[in-house]
Parts: sequence; C-alpha cells; structure tokens
Amino acid sequence: MSERLSPLSEIREKKGLPVRPDPEAAPRSDLREELFELEARGELLVQRVPEPYVEVTTKFGRVKKVPIDHLWHHKSCGQCGHIPGYTTSILWLNRQFGLDYHDPTDQTSCTGWNYYASATSNAAAQILVMCRNFAAAYETGYYPLIHCGTSYGHYKELREQLVHHADLRDQVRRVLDKLGKPLVVPEEIVHYSEWVHVMRHRIAERQVVDMSSVTACVHPACHYYKIVAEDAIYDPDIYGGQRTATVTALLKALGITVADYSTWFDCCGFGFRHILVQRDFTRSFAVLRKIEVMRDEVDPDMTVTHDTGCVTTLDKSQFAAKAHKRRVGVPVLADSQVAALAMGAHPFRVLQLHWHSTDWRPLLEKLGLDWQRHWQEFEEDLAAIERGEKPGLTWDDAERPALTRERDHRAH
Amino acid sequence: MSATWNPVKGGGAYTEVPDEEKRRLFEEVVADPRYGDFLYGCYECGICVAVCPSARFYDFSPRVIAQALSREDIDRFYEILMDDIWNCAQCFSCVRCPRGNNPGGLVTLIREVAVRHGLERAQQALQGYSRVIYKIMLKGNQVSPDMLQPDFFPDWGPWVREFSQHMHTWRKAIPVDTMRNLTDAAWRTDDRTLRELYVIWFETGNMEVIREVDEGLYELLVELMEEELEAAS
Repeated sequence: MSERLSPLSEIREKKGLPVRPDPEAAPRSDLREELFELEARGELLVQRVPEPYVEVTTKFGRVKKVPIDHLWHHKSCGQCGHIPGYTTSILWLNRQFGLDYHDPTDQTSCTGWNYYASATSNAAAQILVMCRNFAAAYETGYYPLIHCGTSYGHYKELREQLVHHADLRDQVRRVLDKLGKPLVVPEEIVHYSEWVHVMRHRIAERQVVDMSSVTACVHPACHYYKIVAEDAIYDPDIYGGQRTATVTALLKALGITVADYSTWFDCCGFGFRHILVQRDFTRSFAVLRKIEVMRDEVDPDMTVTHDTGCVTTLDKSQFAAKAHKRRVGVPVLADSQVAALAMGAHPFRVLQLHWHSTDWRPLLEKLGLDWQRHWQEFEEDLAAIERGEKPGLTWDDAERPALTRERDHRAH
Repeated sequence: MSATWNPVKGGGAYTEVPDEEKRRLFEEVVADPRYGDFLYGCYECGICVAVCPSARFYDFSPRVIAQALSREDIDRFYEILMDDIWNCAQCFSCVRCPRGNNPGGLVTLIREVAVRHGLERAQQALQGYSRVIYKIMLKGNQVSPDMLQPDFFPDWGPWVREFSQHMHTWRKAIPVDTMRNLTDAAWRTDDRTLRELYVIWFETGNMEVIREVDEGLYELLVELMEEELEAAS
C-alpha cells in the first residue's frame, strides 16, 4: 500500500522538490555570522569560545560551542543574595574538576530583573550594562558563563538588538569609549546549566550518592528557552527533541527518574514585579499551576530547575499555601545543587540548604543521607564564627566531598 | 476606529482623555526601534493567551495587545496602557506566537512610555518598589540578603524570621570570597565598576526616567552618584 502524502508533501511533489524535506538542508539563522561581519568592518570585537569546548545541538539544529574551562562567572543577584548555595555549587563543581575560573568583582547584575519588573530603563542602558560586563570579562581573558536565566535570555535579546540596530550600536560605542572599554560580544552566550549539561557524564562518573530511588519533576526556565528560543540546547534523546534537554539530561545521567507533568510549559509565576510587590499572583500560580499539579500527577521527591526566579518562587510560595490546605511540600533545588550533592558536596557548607524554605529533609532522608550529622557539623561552624574563632567558612572547609557511600548511605 | 471589536473591554473608558494625547503616546511606542521586531500582525489564533500565566489570573490578553496595536486602536491602546500592562509576568511564553510576535516585548515598550511620562498608574504600580530601584541603580544588584525582612515577606513563613536572626552568621558561612560576610549586596563589587555603571545611567538618560517615577529617589541617587564620581575624579 502506497504511503498517503500530506498536503505539504503533495505541494512539494508538484514543485519537483523532495517529498520529505531534508533537515540538514534547512536554512539555519546564525547570529554569529552577522557578528563576524560587524567585526570584519571594525565595528566590534567577538570573543571566541576558548578550547576545550563541547559542541551541542540547539533547537533548530545549529551547533553551539559550550566552553569547559577558563570561565568568567557572571553571577546572579538573586542566587547570590537569596539562594547562595546555587552559586556555591556551581563554583564547587568547577573546583572539583580542577578547572581554572574567575569569580569577578568587576561585575554588575544584568539589571534585567528590574527592567522586566519596572521598565525604569531603556534599550541603550540595558545593552551598555551587558557590554560593560562583557568588556570586563574580555579584559581578564576569561570567557563569560552566565549564571542567571534572565541574564542569559536578556543578553541574547540585547545582542540581537545590538546587531540589528546601527543607531543603538553607535550610542553604545560612544559611552563605552568614555569608559575606555571595547565593544566586545562573546561568540556564544552560554548559560551555566549548559555547562552542567555538557559536564553531566563527568559528574556522573564521580557520583557517590545513589539517586536511583528519587523521582523528580523538571521546571524548564522560561527565560532560558523562550527568549531567543533557537539558542537553547535540544537533544533527540530527551523528550524526542521537543523540549529543552538541559536539566533533564543531567538528572537522567545521575539515575534519577524524571516524571512528566501536564503544565511543564507554564512559567513558575515569578512575574519579576509580582514576586516583590504583588505576590498573590505569584503564590497562586506557583502552587495551582505547578506544585499542586506535580503532586497530583506525579508526587515527586523534588522539583529541579535552572534559574534564580524559578527556585525562589517555587520554593518560597509553598508555605502560605499550606494554610489553605493545598497539596504542597515539594523541595526545590537547582540542577547545580543536585549535581554537587551527587558528587558528595556538603548539604549546608556547599548546597546551603538552610536558605531553602520548603522542607528538604524528606529528600535527604530518601537519599539515605544523615542530614542531622551534617547540620550538626555546620552548627559547629556557625558557633565557631559567632565565638570569633574563625572569620567565616572558606573553600578549605567546604571543598572536600563530605558525603561518601560508606559514611552516609543507609540501606533503604 | 471603533473600540468595540473586543467586547470584553473598551468603549467608554478614558473618554475624558483627548484623542491627541492617546495618539501621541501610541506613536511613541510605535517609534521605538524595537517595535518592528516585536509585531508582525496577528492571526487571532489565541496561542499567546493559552500559554499566558497572567491571562489565567487577570482580565489580561496578549492577543488583544497585538490586535489593538495592529489596528492602531488608540482607545483600546490607552486602556492597555492604563489598566493592563502591569499584570504581564514578562515570562515570554507568548513568543510561541506563530506569527513571530513578541507581546511581552510590546508590553515592555508600552511600560517604558508609561514610566517615561510618569503616568499615575505607573507610579501606583511601582509603589513599594523604590527600594529595589535604589538598590539596582546604586549597588548594581537587584536584591540583597538584608531585604529578606519578616514584615516584607510574611508569606514566606517562619524561615524568613529564622534567616533574619542569623543573617550575619549565615553570610559568613558561605565559602565564596565574593559573597562571604556581605549583607547589603549580593556580591562584592569594585567601586570603579559601580562608577562605570553610574556613567551608563547618566549617559543614556536612565536617571531622567527615575525622576518621572520618584523624584525624591532621583534626587537621592543623583546626589550619591555624583558625590562618588566627583570623589574619584
């Protein structure tokens, strides 16, 4: 029996084109080509991705380079301010693999959170904040790795505006000249979760905590894969290439069961201004459209995501919902925290779980981890700090993996 | 053009506002160089509404925004400017639009116009937000640990009170050099970096935007920034 052609295939056949389009022959837009043209005209510099890097596939097939080493960690204000274990875990992973990195003080926030919340800025100012940070990275010789999903999405959008609007470029160049800085744009804008993604097999090789008993839901961050959607990582082996592969691929590599739920595409409810001054919306959306749906459909042991606002919203919104007897109680972690925990990072010195509001204890207990002992160790750290015996924790205190299969892993 | 194409809203609101004023603000949005990148037309398919979190909780529709702008319906545009834009969650789920529109981006452009003109509704929407603007403009960080106060985040539970009591010790117990022992900013930033940020705010007219939202805040920020810039020079 002959195969029935779709209407599109019929049209293609009539036009003498191959009935089945060849994906390899599909046109792919690549902003880098325009960046390199501008560089050739002397309008800007393009910072090349340093070696070693891993090539990954993006949504429509473009190959993206994700650098491994010599990274300039563009920190996130929401992570560093309110979820410090998020950042600490990223840097801890870099240190575990012996990678050379730079944690800059010559960096501001992208200011995108404020812009999406209040619009009290403009395109030129936003592009300049980005370019000032990029120039600061370039001057050190390290390559920027963007920790925040909003910074990542915002910068990709601003990069397009910079490339497509000559007037904006002129304005930006004039101000950068005053600052004595070059107009430089990285060849690829890379999110930390993309770095975690390409490192996932190396992370799994050094896994000491068996996570096969755990079921997780993934919340893909809107500003990671919706703003300039074509630049996010996709993999045919993850959701058939129909959703971004970051986070999910890591969890699978660690042996975690990733469970699907119907509202995966919904945002977390952060809202930018809502999380600060209109939280009734944020709480309602986070609970009714995300956490409660996960509980009802999957009942996961945790939710894992890869952006500042998502961790904050999904974690902090659950407390008030308990008063309304909503079905909540799902601990929320960033992928970097899960990866660090798998490799034996201390739950408090590195993951800083005490900054999380939703109870994470059942998760650690299911993993067979003796959280009470580790909390006691951390309380001794705090007591020593309060007595003035040490000014604070350092990497010397936190670097060595604290969890081992022998010491922590109880039979369960 | 009639404002009755959308039966839910429109027709009657803000009739006291002259058409010239509505058109002037509308044309300011259209004149933004990004406008052409954000609006290509509208199929009325409703995909943007189906995925919009704000549409689930408010009388808000990204489709209506794309339609009103495409139709140059200045009455409906003015209602959107006054009543709708601050409900958008800026998640950009709506860029799933098959026509290539960016309704979230259009909202940003309209918000910029609302703020630039110091419209009362914009000021109301940003009430309680001045502290954040102060922090971002002066420190280059949106949030800091010392903003986590129990009276500001009571709905986050007893965790906030516990954190507030232990903030200084907990911040010392972070092994990252740039974050350790810092409570008024997310990380340690060089003074020179902040001065460069201030130059950006002044050179791009960003400070004038702040003046329209909160004149007292503007004066405070300008004084502090100019003092820092002069001291360095």
